Amino acid sequence: MFTKLLKRLTTVAAGGLMVLGLAASGAFAKTDLLVYTAIEADELSMFKKAFEKDYPDINIKWVRDSTGIVTSKLMAEKANPKADIVWGLAATSLMMLGNEGYFQGYAPKGLKKLGKLYYDQANNPPQWVGQRAWIASVCFNTVEAGKYNLPLPTSWADLTKPVYKGHVIMPNPNSSGTGFLDVSSWLQLMGEDKGWKYMDGLHTNIARYTHSGSKPCKLAARGEIPIGISFAYRGAKSKNAGAPIEIIAPIEGIGWDLESFAIVKNTKNLKAARALADWSVTKKAMLIYNREYAVVAMPGIAKPVKNFPPGILSKMIKNDFAWAAKNRVRILNKWRDKYDAKSEPKKK
Amino acid sequence: MAPAAALGIVRHKVSSEDWIMRGILGAIALYLLVAIVLPLYALLSKGFQDKDGNFTGLDNFTEFFTTPALSQSVANSLTISSISTVIVVSLAFVYAYALTRSCMAFKSLFKGIALIPILMPSLLPAISLIFMFGKQGFLTFMLFGNEIYGPIGIVMGEVIYIFPHVLMIILISMSMSDGRLYEASQSLGAGPVRTFFTVTLPSIRYGLVSAGFVAFTLIITDFGVPKVVGGQYNVLATDVYKQVIGRQDFEMGAVVSMVLLVPAVIAFAADRIIQRKQVAILTARAVPYAPTPSPRFDAIMTAYCALVGIVIVGILSVAMFASLVKFWPYNLSLTLANYDFSLRDGGGGDSYFNSVKMASWTAVIGTCVIFTGAYLVEKSKGFLAGRAAMQFLVMMPMAVPGLSLGLAYIFFFNHPGNPLNFLYHTLPILVICTITHFYTVSHLTAITALKQIDNEFESVSASLKVPFYKTFWRVTVPICVPAILDISMYLFVNAMTTVSAVVFLYSPDTALASVAVLNMDDAGEQASAAAMGIMIVLTAGGARLLHAVLTRGLARRTQAWRKR
Repeated sequence: MFTKLLKRLTTVAAGGLMVLGLAASGAFAKTDLLVYTAIEADELSMFKKAFEKDYPDINIKWVRDSTGIVTSKLMAEKANPKADIVWGLAATSLMMLGNEGYFQGYAPKGLKKLGKLYYDQANNPPQWVGQRAWIASVCFNTVEAGKYNLPLPTSWADLTKPVYKGHVIMPNPNSSGTGFLDVSSWLQLMGEDKGWKYMDGLHTNIARYTHSGSKPCKLAARGEIPIGISFAYRGAKSKNAGAPIEIIAPIEGIGWDLESFAIVKNTKNLKAARALADWSVTKKAMLIYNREYAVVAMPGIAKPVKNFPPGILSKMIKNDFAWAAKNRVRILNKWRDKYDAKSEPKKK
Repeated sequence: MAPAAALGIVRHKVSSEDWIMRGILGAIALYLLVAIVLPLYALLSKGFQDKDGNFTGLDNFTEFFTTPALSQSVANSLTISSISTVIVVSLAFVYAYALTRSCMAFKSLFKGIALIPILMPSLLPAISLIFMFGKQGFLTFMLFGNEIYGPIGIVMGEVIYIFPHVLMIILISMSMSDGRLYEASQSLGAGPVRTFFTVTLPSIRYGLVSAGFVAFTLIITDFGVPKVVGGQYNVLATDVYKQVIGRQDFEMGAVVSMVLLVPAVIAFAADRIIQRKQVAILTARAVPYAPTPSPRFDAIMTAYCALVGIVIVGILSVAMFASLVKFWPYNLSLTLANYDFSLRDGGGGDSYFNSVKMASWTAVIGTCVIFTGAYLVEKSKGFLAGRAAMQFLVMMPMAVPGLSLGLAYIFFFNHPGNPLNFLYHTLPILVICTITHFYTVSHLTAITALKQIDNEFESVSASLKVPFYKTFWRVTVPICVPAILDISMYLFVNAMTTVSAVVFLYSPDTALASVAVLNMDDAGEQASAAAMGIMIVLTAGGARLLHAVLTRGLARRTQAWRKR
């Protein structure tokens, strides 16, 4: 009886609040679009401003975290998804979620202008569309390296040499998309057995694993550690800010993934989500992507970005997204069992 | 319900008033039921379920204790909490000894400095430690090749963060010592050492033990410090976070937070028992102890306090300096750029204003609810069962770690079947959670103040047919102004600095400053994290100053009657 009464009272109260809210916003009903993203925080407001200028009736609300966190958050909400659109998340993650039936296909206006490699070829209309590639790199602090007499590493193999013991930091692949693309690229480059053996060797040199993919490079830039395995954008950004670092693209080849978007299946704001999708493949958006990233989905657009390692594009491995998506959970669990005791005591 | 006998002796007119009081008391009890009992029940039951909500008995606990990566944290937590507790209680004891038993100068300055860490989120001293003792720290040589990331850093951070809490408890018990015992000891020919062991220590032993328990509980449930400087050293508090945020494994999160609940509840219960014993120490004939000057002793004590003071001020200064530096450690030119939060993780500048808003609401609403509740518990007549139940309810929040409370709120308020579901992801739920988290101490402050007021006021006004709410508003509230201000200040400062409970409850629209510090540190933006931490310290410090001014002004107007 009592709970019934409570229920009725709260329903009335909630109804009242909603009426008030509608009355207040009725005149200028802006659509709130809930966007889950893993794009670096320092770029988000720029994207929001640019998009909302073209679509003034839509208001983007970001939920930002590292790739791994956003992925597991989406997984946890599977029964009752909260996001309208996932935007700027690794294609591997989107494919994995797509296999669970998370998304609806949509071909944004202008999709044809994108390179075929850069959007979902398995489904028509595609479930996910790529925006730009982010590429692994190693940040090497020359000042700190000088203190310890560390030679400049040029390959992944170099990093397992005893001279670097305790001087390397990399992101935890369970939380960081950059960490995952490193692991995935090593396994693809060297094959599973040799890949895990390589990581065993690397593990003995690792000082600790970080939560986010940008932190290793930020730590290297500040001299907290001589070597941070991170990604090119973060390295270039830190170098531009005056950090004494070299950004290295190891000779064996480097992992990469696509920042991509996908529309959530039962979104209540389909029109707004599609508007963001359309906007995201325009030349205008591509030019913004290119400000900080050297590889974007529309061919012939990208200009070289300051302080990216030379020849980085030719070193990008032939990345098998489907394989990575299919094996993501298995790889991450194996990684956790083997190395996670050394992880930072924080979000995995 | 209330015993009939108690009702029988009250006249009819008053009885209807009694019903109003009981109604309000019932409403507050209902609030506590919804804000702590039901969420805790939701938390406990979640620990025995699998992902789909099926009852699985002790399976989750078996998994916890058989996974070394998880169970190792129990030992780690106990270890660092014990070590930190011993260190912090010893340090605070000598500090309190200096403040109460010496004639050194600048006592109020040293007391003020010691309280600074209260104004910080626990993340901030840890961030400072990295700037001091990290690879680029200017004091790193003092670690003799050891790393700050790990147990060393955790212990250092916790000691600084917990110091003021422990100091205050010891100070109170020291200032209650009976001066006559010292005179007796002296006239019987005991030296200072003997006096120390036969008079000083026995008289404050309960205070020391109580301080130890409080310190232990605060340390084992704190997650700000280990989060920032823990390195590879896993503890329970960070594990809860790791399970919930990192892996979205809510069931295992519930299990770890229940494990965390055990030491907290034990420490809480032990502390309660000891407090009850403490009561009889001071008799009505006691004379406050007055220290006599002794140049050498006073100089040593001044030096000691100065040393501790320098560490605390140093921690704050380093954080402040780091937040103003362009690019630590390579470009030390000054800038305010780190205070531009719009480009950082953690919700940008909005998070700061959200925090101020949240803290203000917490202070205003919390003080009203808590003080009214305390008044009714203390002054209403009859209704013994209700008041006893209430007394039990108000003690509960103290025993529940913030992380467990926050997680419990997810389970309870985010349940689709809960009619209160609409509160989830809003500012009100953060306010409710914070009021509840800090309910007990506020309630006890109010009770202490109310106990000083003679119940005759109520009897007299009742016989003059003045309704109780008029007496409450015209007599009780003005008399209790200092306590009311204390409560609101306590709530405001804690709402500004707390991370543990709210870290699970904020939404994109209600990001908080303390959580922003955490997220910026996670992303490697340590300078901005320090900057946001400094914003919190300045705001909480400002509130404290305002509180001091208000207390002085209002005390003059409302407390003049206390002076003869």
